Amino acid sequence: MAKGRKMSNYIKLIALGLITLFAMIGTNYARDLAYQVHAIIVMIVAGGLFLYTLRRTDEPKMAPAGLENEYFDSVIRAGTIATAFWGVVGFLAGTFIAFQLAFPALNFEWAEGLANFGRLRPLHTSAVIFAFGGNALIATSFYVVQRTSAARLWGGNLAWFVFWGYQLFIVLAATGYLLGGTQSKEYAEPEWYVDLWLTIVWVAYLAVFLGTIIKRKEPHIYVANWFYLSFIVTVAMLHLINNMTIPVSIWGSKSVIVWPGVQDAMIQWWYGHNAVGFFLTAGFLGMMYYFIPKQAERPVFSYKLSIIHFWALIFLYIWAGPHHLHYTALPDWASTLGMVMSVILWMPSWGGMINGLMTLSGAWDKLRTDPVIRMMVISLGFYGMSTFEGPMMSIRAVNSLSHYTDWTIGHVHSGALGWNGMITFGALYYLVPALWKRESLYSLRLVSWHFWLATLGIILYAASMWVTGIMEGLMWREVDANGFLVNSFADTVAAKFPMYVVRGLGGVMFLTGSIIMCYNLWMTVRKAPAKEASLTVQVPAE
Amino acid sequence: MELYTLLRQFADSWMLLFLFTFFIGVIVWAFRPGSTKAYKDTANIPFRHDDAPAPSQDQPAATKEARA
Repeated sequence: MAKGRKMSNYIKLIALGLITLFAMIGTNYARDLAYQVHAIIVMIVAGGLFLYTLRRTDEPKMAPAGLENEYFDSVIRAGTIATAFWGVVGFLAGTFIAFQLAFPALNFEWAEGLANFGRLRPLHTSAVIFAFGGNALIATSFYVVQRTSAARLWGGNLAWFVFWGYQLFIVLAATGYLLGGTQSKEYAEPEWYVDLWLTIVWVAYLAVFLGTIIKRKEPHIYVANWFYLSFIVTVAMLHLINNMTIPVSIWGSKSVIVWPGVQDAMIQWWYGHNAVGFFLTAGFLGMMYYFIPKQAERPVFSYKLSIIHFWALIFLYIWAGPHHLHYTALPDWASTLGMVMSVILWMPSWGGMINGLMTLSGAWDKLRTDPVIRMMVISLGFYGMSTFEGPMMSIRAVNSLSHYTDWTIGHVHSGALGWNGMITFGALYYLVPALWKRESLYSLRLVSWHFWLATLGIILYAASMWVTGIMEGLMWREVDANGFLVNSFADTVAAKFPMYVVRGLGGVMFLTGSIIMCYNLWMTVRKAPAKEASLTVQVPAE
Repeated sequence: MELYTLLRQFADSWMLLFLFTFFIGVIVWAFRPGSTKAYKDTANIPFRHDDAPAPSQDQPAATKEARA
């Protein structure tokens, strides 16, 4: 055993040494700034890990005895901190770019090419989806899979590799965007070497999750794990196929996609919509199926419905992508298929929402007393709203009005802020006391403040985007008696100004709420009374 | 036959039939006799092992107890 550890340390040292050397050469030969900065980051990380491993080689290692009787929670604690941190970063970036649209002077002259809207926008989307949402998914999936499998995470420190590897991916992606390293595919902007790194991390993530399920002590795989697993597997498939690129040079960030023209567009939106369907929906439904029953202290309304929900959702979502490409070079049959599938998708979505809401039947009074469950319930409300709005917007006739307007942005945000944001906040409010062994949260009043700030913020956001989106769409298609367009593009921009300010204010409220949450969670760890040791044994519910 | 036509024909016939049958099968499976009782137990999984994993195979009695 000791010999094996020594050996693996030598292999690790050789690998880290080679990576450091390669990154050093890359720093010198880099063809563009993004690649050069990334080479420096990789050099520092790999070099630092080399020294760290070197200093520990040949140290006697304590045998990890009795660990199988405990859950692996340290990585989840780190994950909740990362989720809260990236959330605030992402919301801040979003609020700032919202004001950049309202007040173009905020695209500062001195920051041109680094912090103008075009550079910050992918930073915002990736920060909220992949950094905030991704960390929330990884942390909660590790928590849920252990509790529902009654087994410790498989793979030992591999879970730590997943966590830190994912943070490195986020840093590489974010710095790349600011420096112009992007392949310009929406939600898949990172360049080829960042994609390769994410693939390695994701395979490790799949191994940890699946390994835990395989060694589970419960005979059945709880439905939340089905959703998490479909999210992990499908995202791996989407990521690989949408990022089939050939680098121009091994010393540069540019690469060329292998798919031609309209096929590339179709694959991009097959990826893009399933990033919504499996990253932002299936994964978060996994959260919903665990944390809502836990917080409501009663099992899910109908387990049968949850099974049908799962299969219907994953069978239908995968076809919905073409509705992003109505009235393009995409063949009509494909765009019709996407539209029809999107409309049918409404049903499993609402089935799942009803299943979550009805879990509260017989305990509706908790809505009044427990602001955390209120948060989870409103997240389902927003889920229902945006999964009704989405199918409607995918209908070709509606899409001809809504596409390319701010209506789409409003739809995305009622889903992302309302559904993903709120269910994640609810999960964080559940997780922090559980993970740090606290009696309860520091302050429920502050949770209420967060709830109302976030809810009103989303309403301001969505309502202003509906108004400006429909107005913009109508202005674009308005023609006079002679068939000439009435409005120029700049006319629509000018008309949108008040709504842009309202949207920015909505963002400020949502951001403020999340900062209150961070303070509340911080104080929960610092100040809330610790759970009595004797109470860590399960007590029957009253 | 062109590869596209071949795949398209397969997708329109056998694969469609397979996916459809599979989906109907899932629904039938979910409503099979005895499923209500089995799912009652499954739905309660989140309430069993909050603080520590189930003890290893040597002491199966404890797991049974938690399930009762």
